[in-house]
Amino acid sequence: MGRIYLDYAATTPTHPDVVKAMLPYFTETFGNPSSIYSYGQEAKGVIEEARAKVADFIGARDEEIVFTSGGTESDNFAIKSVAFANESKGNHIITSSIEHHAVLETCKFLGRKGFLVTYLPVNEYGLVDPGDVKKVITDKTILVSVMHANNEVGTIEPIAEIGKITKEAGIYFHTDAVQTVGHIPVDVDALGVDLLSISAHKLYGPKGVGALYIRKGTKLLPFMHGGEQERRRRASTENVPGIVGFGKAVELAQHDMGQEAERLTYLRVQLVKGLLERIDHVRLNGHPVMRLPNNANVSVDYVEGESMVLNLDLEGICVSTGSACSSSRLEPSHVLLAMGLSHEQAHGSLRFTLGKWTTEEEMGRVLEVLPRIVARLRAMSPLLKSTRKRGEDA
Amino acid sequence: MPSVWSQYSEKVMEHFKNPRNVGEMESPDGVGHVGNPVCGDIMELYIKVDNDIIVDAKFKTFGCGAAIATSSMVTEMVKGKSIEEALQISNRAVAEALDGLPPIKMHCSVLAEEALKSAIEDYLAQSKRKEANRDE
Repeated sequence: MGRIYLDYAATTPTHPDVVKAMLPYFTETFGNPSSIYSYGQEAKGVIEEARAKVADFIGARDEEIVFTSGGTESDNFAIKSVAFANESKGNHIITSSIEHHAVLETCKFLGRKGFLVTYLPVNEYGLVDPGDVKKVITDKTILVSVMHANNEVGTIEPIAEIGKITKEAGIYFHTDAVQTVGHIPVDVDALGVDLLSISAHKLYGPKGVGALYIRKGTKLLPFMHGGEQERRRRASTENVPGIVGFGKAVELAQHDMGQEAERLTYLRVQLVKGLLERIDHVRLNGHPVMRLPNNANVSVDYVEGESMVLNLDLEGICVSTGSACSSSRLEPSHVLLAMGLSHEQAHGSLRFTLGKWTTEEEMGRVLEVLPRIVARLRAMSPLLKSTRKRGEDA
Repeated sequence: MPSVWSQYSEKVMEHFKNPRNVGEMESPDGVGHVGNPVCGDIMELYIKVDNDIIVDAKFKTFGCGAAIATSSMVTEMVKGKSIEEALQISNRAVAEALDGLPPIKMHCSVLAEEALKSAIEDYLAQSKRKEANRDE
């Protein structure tokens, strides 16, 4: 068996059909969309086609879609551009404590620039309580930003409920939908959002391209100053091949999303069930049902995540962990800690995210390999011994 | 086999895959317990001392690849050394013996040095107590 990739939430391989659709726009139709001659106008045409596809996919109008360089830019764009454009109205922003760093760090930055940011807590499943949003809104609140689904634990947030609250209060509402678009249905009106971030490489599109949905009438500043591109909201020569690939990825997702969600849910349920059966002291992180079809996040007691990831990698299996040791931050996952997990449990977490090319056979391989790895690491864990000792003393 | 984590040297990976001296020790002469769950590394190091010479060392570690490799390496390095020689082993020496560690993982080697020092201190405190008992 070749390598087993189970980190689709980090990035997806670009679909071969997407690559094929992009290729002509590197060498043949390479023109700058701002040029008035044929090369340029052809490029402009395909950008508008891609825009229409993305807009249609999320129930938006074409002119409400701005192409960006990806999820991080879309989050920065939404939050900073709304914050600075509405400063005269108020300086209060509400977000959650489990957002992606692209949102959290942007909010922290604004906090240093004089804005007041409220970071809402989550419950044990990683859910934000819409009631909490209502409680903390003040007459100075200008923006609420809560992610559609969490990238680490897969919990899907009650966005539509929060959307009703923000609409009633007349406050802008942004959601980071990087993990959901292309995987579960997303409709901007059903969700009640004014701004929504998308990234192409999470749905089998290329890296370096994404979009921000901006509801018509939303007051915000341009994110990049320069040319007239993207209705003057985001200057820069358009990433034509990337945008074409993004459009193609959306088209493919529109076609097989429902079926794929069903298939991945089945595989994920099998995986989680198998892990809980074969390894003791394992818990599922995130909501048991309200979660992304492809996400299985577990904490394995008494062992540290990076050492599991390394061992799995030696067996050709690629997964990620919320352990500090795997990052340069030296702090375990802020998401797991916000959900009330202990530091040990957060350090011992593993995230499996399944995708288009995941098979049942691969799940079987994980279930065969991981129990062995855990047993070996537990044999050298001082945590297990001290726990046993405590048990014996009692 | 795919090539693994270029951040680690081959030696680190080798000790990670086949750690030496893993496990608890029956009636050790000194035990060192360092680290905490917050940072994600916990090391326990046991030594057996005969005539001022460390004749055996074992460890148990909860931690990343570097934490396991440094634990393994430090137990290898102390065997056969006198207490005084063992106290001279620095974290840098452990890291160098592993052909280096990524900068972000240097704290793992510090932990290994601390675990060793703590085990030796425990041994010295115990032998002092024993001596006191004998004197009585």
